[in-house]
Amino acid sequence: MSKIILIGINHKTAPVELREKLSFSGEEAIVALEFLKQDKDIKESLIFSTCNRTEVLYIPQAGDQTNDQVDKIIEFISHQRKIDSSEFKSSLYIYKEDDAIRHLFRVASSLDSMVVGEPQILGQIKQAYRVAVENNASGVLLNRLMHKAFSVAKKVRKETGIGDNAVSISYAAIELANKIFSDLSQKTVMLLGAGEMAELAVEHLISNKVKDIIVANRTFKNAVDLAQKFNGQAVKFEEREDALKEVDIIISSTGATDYVLTQAQVKRAMKKRHHHTLFFIDIAVPRDIDPKINTISNAYVYDIDDLKNIVESNIEQRGKETVKAQRFIEEAVLKFRKWLEGLAIVPTIKALNDKISSIVDIEFNKTLSNLKHLSPEDIQAIKRMTQAIASRTIHDPILFLRNTGDHRDDSLYLNVTRQLFNIDIPEKQ
Amino acid sequence: MNLQTADMVLVLTTVLYFTSMTGYLLFLFNQKSACQKTAFYLITTAIVFHFISMVIYTIASGHVPIQNLSQSLSLAAFALGSMFLFFQYKFNLKILGVFVSVLLSAIMLAVVMIPDAPVEKNAILRGFWFYSHILLVFTGEAALALACGAGILYLLQEKGIKTKSPGFFFKRLPSLDFLDNVGYTCLTTGFALLTIGLVTGFIYAKTIWGRFWSWDPKEVFSVGTWMVYAALLHLRLYSGWRGRKSAIMTIIGFFIIIFTFLGVNMLLGGHHQAFTK
Repeated sequence: MSKIILIGINHKTAPVELREKLSFSGEEAIVALEFLKQDKDIKESLIFSTCNRTEVLYIPQAGDQTNDQVDKIIEFISHQRKIDSSEFKSSLYIYKEDDAIRHLFRVASSLDSMVVGEPQILGQIKQAYRVAVENNASGVLLNRLMHKAFSVAKKVRKETGIGDNAVSISYAAIELANKIFSDLSQKTVMLLGAGEMAELAVEHLISNKVKDIIVANRTFKNAVDLAQKFNGQAVKFEEREDALKEVDIIISSTGATDYVLTQAQVKRAMKKRHHHTLFFIDIAVPRDIDPKINTISNAYVYDIDDLKNIVESNIEQRGKETVKAQRFIEEAVLKFRKWLEGLAIVPTIKALNDKISSIVDIEFNKTLSNLKHLSPEDIQAIKRMTQAIASRTIHDPILFLRNTGDHRDDSLYLNVTRQLFNIDIPEKQ
Repeated sequence: MNLQTADMVLVLTTVLYFTSMTGYLLFLFNQKSACQKTAFYLITTAIVFHFISMVIYTIASGHVPIQNLSQSLSLAAFALGSMFLFFQYKFNLKILGVFVSVLLSAIMLAVVMIPDAPVEKNAILRGFWFYSHILLVFTGEAALALACGAGILYLLQEKGIKTKSPGFFFKRLPSLDFLDNVGYTCLTTGFALLTIGLVTGFIYAKTIWGRFWSWDPKEVFSVGTWMVYAALLHLRLYSGWRGRKSAIMTIIGFFIIIFTFLGVNMLLGGHHQAFTK
């Protein structure tokens, strides 16, 4: 029976420096797949590599049951990535059979991600699978396995709340912004402070496409630099109150020890902007935005602690949903195992049938060659009889094999059958 | 075609409204779009049957069904349902169906429970101005009821965001901007309809009683209601009363409407009284 083996490293087992060294770019993955395909000991293979993980999933040729090529694959990775195997061997995890299937399902469902529930991973795996298909590296088994992985991931996403809640500060902020404003692409963002934090926050917002970005900073030059980077405009720090008239979202991250925007300033600005909503995101410590601004109607202030609280309660929520997701995955693993076993039963039955039929044929012909006096009708009758004996003999064993009960290990009976009848199955579905 | 048939269809309609409400409440909790779709089809069917019931009644009795309290409520429910279909089509604000289906079910329950007051043939309750008055006022008030619904949803969402505790409604409701926008559109539509409705009412009064204005309590309260909404629109346009304040005002406005619709007749009397007996 075919084995399924998965070898990989991820963010839990290896630091980023090592993961970087072992990661495959799109083209490198294609080259690597080509190598694996040439190897006649490897039947099917797939490589997926993201910033948090590199995994090789493969099916070794079944002929050799004792050797599952793990060392060969490790050698192969070491050779491909030009890194000595001793450097990464201890960080590798090697999963076989059900464990490999389970791991794959967990990864696809985003249970194994650094940020559990993040949605990108499924797309990345689909991409890796597409590459494997395009390069003819995947076959019957992997195709089925990957499709199962996609469907269980979809089910987990749909039927558990695992992807519902933002579990990082910047996602929480964007989620809030989306519940305050109906269309972020019509909204302007002002950054107070041009530090690294501001940059990070804006990167997320840009991926959500806002209309315009304004940067205000005490050192004007830094404001200009950052504004240029994001195609926005820079204003003097003193102009920040005036700018409130134009902007909708304010992200503040200055190093100021005092509030850089006060309640009175925002009240004045609110009037000028006809009380259109303002959303303040204060990621500075100590705080930049006077928390009293939150009491002004149509103004919402979230500081870093507020965002952290939301994230924490979301993570807690997500933990509960994980239990449910794990149940779905276990079910899927069981189902896949059943399918795999079913796959092995059919060729065994066929081989058993073939063997008995050929014995009957040989013995029938041998006997017949000494009995020249029989009429054609007699020959037919005897032939039918021998065939009937053969099929009646193996009828019960076949029935037993087909009837895959829930509480037995089918592979055991398959092995026994093969050994009893000494049948050798060329593993080719 | 007789009155019994009309009543039977009306009961069927009520059952449909209730089933739709169940669907919408399910949708509120499990967020399955299948629930919402089913509930929406149910409410649409209910509104169609509601209309059929009124047509049968009109044919059988020879006059439109707005002669007593039960019929007036029923017409109000029908107007609300129709306006909901219109705004649902325009904004696709699915969650509004929860509010509407609950309100409709409550009204229809009242319609079915309230004993039918005997209807006297009243020659003055007909004519172009009469029908326009009824049509405009009822649809206008239905739109204002929807504005109230949007206002309630706004306040629910706003409270979670303001107090930094996004809870049950955070995921289920759309953005504040959007809710405010829906409320505002319902408000302006309702206000425009109500304005023309009142004008046609005055003209109708002139044709029947020879004068535009007769200090009837209902007239006074209707104009009062109208002025509340006019003030709200003015404040919104010129003093930036948007968001929370606007939402609260639309809710208060709707309660005044309910009082004008039912309370005035029951407590103060006047020439609109027959409709709510």
